[in-house]
Amino acid sequence: MNRVAITGVGVISAIGRNVPEFWDSLCEGRSGIAPLQTVDTSTLRFKNGAEVRNYQSSDYFDEKQSQVYDRFSEFAVIAAREAVRDAAIDLTPELKTGGAVVTGACVGGQTSEDKEFEGLYRHNRTRCHPLTIPRIMGNAGASHISMEMGLQGPGFTLSTACSSAAHAIGLAFWLIRSGGAPVAITGGSEAPFSLGLLKAWEAMRVVSPTTCRPFCKDRNGMILGEGGAMLILEPLEAARARGARIYAELCGFGMSSDAGHITHPSTEGPALAMKRALADGNVDPACVGYINAHGTGTDVNDPTEAGAIREIFGDHTENIAVSSTKSMHGHGLGVAAALEAVATILGMHYGILPPTANFTELDPAIHLNIIANQSRPAEVECALSNSFAFGGLNAALAFRRV
Amino acid sequence: MSELPLEVAWNMNQEIAERVQKVMANHLRKPVEEVPLDATFEQLGMDSLDSVNLLFEIEDEFDISIDDQEAKSITSVPQMVDGIEVLLARKAASSEAAPPTA
Repeated sequence: MNRVAITGVGVISAIGRNVPEFWDSLCEGRSGIAPLQTVDTSTLRFKNGAEVRNYQSSDYFDEKQSQVYDRFSEFAVIAAREAVRDAAIDLTPELKTGGAVVTGACVGGQTSEDKEFEGLYRHNRTRCHPLTIPRIMGNAGASHISMEMGLQGPGFTLSTACSSAAHAIGLAFWLIRSGGAPVAITGGSEAPFSLGLLKAWEAMRVVSPTTCRPFCKDRNGMILGEGGAMLILEPLEAARARGARIYAELCGFGMSSDAGHITHPSTEGPALAMKRALADGNVDPACVGYINAHGTGTDVNDPTEAGAIREIFGDHTENIAVSSTKSMHGHGLGVAAALEAVATILGMHYGILPPTANFTELDPAIHLNIIANQSRPAEVECALSNSFAFGGLNAALAFRRV
Repeated sequence: MSELPLEVAWNMNQEIAERVQKVMANHLRKPVEEVPLDATFEQLGMDSLDSVNLLFEIEDEFDISIDDQEAKSITSVPQMVDGIEVLLARKAASSEAAPPTA
């Protein structure tokens, strides 16, 4: 069994188009939530989102590539490019033959789908663009990464709503640990902003008309986000042998299903996922110093998650710093867990824990040690990143400092 | 509603209540008699998803838009009826203020 190192990260998000910008925003507690620019919000009850502002495909791709890529695939490739560069890894023929690409995505090529279907339904067009299918398929991000990097090992995309990228990273981790692949590019990407999808979210009545304030007394819902985030995983020994910079060890992964309600979370399911991640990584709960919470800012998630954390950590809960970085990069659905995994390991690596932005006053029903508004210097031995999906599919990742 | 004679106001309320009752019975797949006008959503065995479904159908039935925050405070049939009444009055007032130009 290999120990697994994270040696590279890449990000494009509302709070930064690369890792240094992303990290800077996290440290400053700077939120990327703002009025949406890519969708006409005049008929929506909410107007804000966490968009990659003024994004131009041509800044990253030539015309031929842009024709085939949806926005969500572009985000996947942009993040993967940076992660590979950041890892300074030489993708040798051996690594290319076996290298894995495992991504998370929730809604796939939403931008392309909405545009093509609008043409049919509203403008009475009689046909779709011939590249519609390769643009909208959920695995397009993984496919384009494998094509661009020449990786021929296991390649697949997981879709578990808000947990997608956590399941993807977790399974990529198990692949590397078991020797099933010598290197993996893993994470997630999402570009969910279309009028149709926003209308569907509006009807769920969980999106905030203002901003995302996880764990606050006056929180009033989640804010959707977009972007891409990728990690490079490799065996710890191989990383050490090539003298790579190691951000952290990915040491544990836990999954569970609520087996309860399609949208209402339980305490038991999330608690089981955390418990299993700790057991999988042989992590003593007392060593956990930080949790990057799922923390959506909805009425139901936050107290439920707080209850689950307390169930696992008991009195030690008070010593664990907790934040929800969704308050800054938004809830990116299929990319959420990847953005949060990057935030967590950068925090461990640099000894600065990112805060929960937009924080006002703690909900008295929530008993957690929240990092409010300002990042907190702290050396933590182990950290968890939580992701709980609609549909009750939960995942937790455990990291250890090396 | 205070300007309306009591009886007219009561009739309006009664009509809304009956329509709400019908929508709810339909949604919950129950006979109308099993949706008492004084019931709470909890008594009717509704969960959060039932609530958003119901709000959606009520918006359709009365051609109104119910704000998320206002919706959170509605947890019973009487509250729903009162809320709809307020929204209908608001709608009538705004259409009087700005008559359609077409």
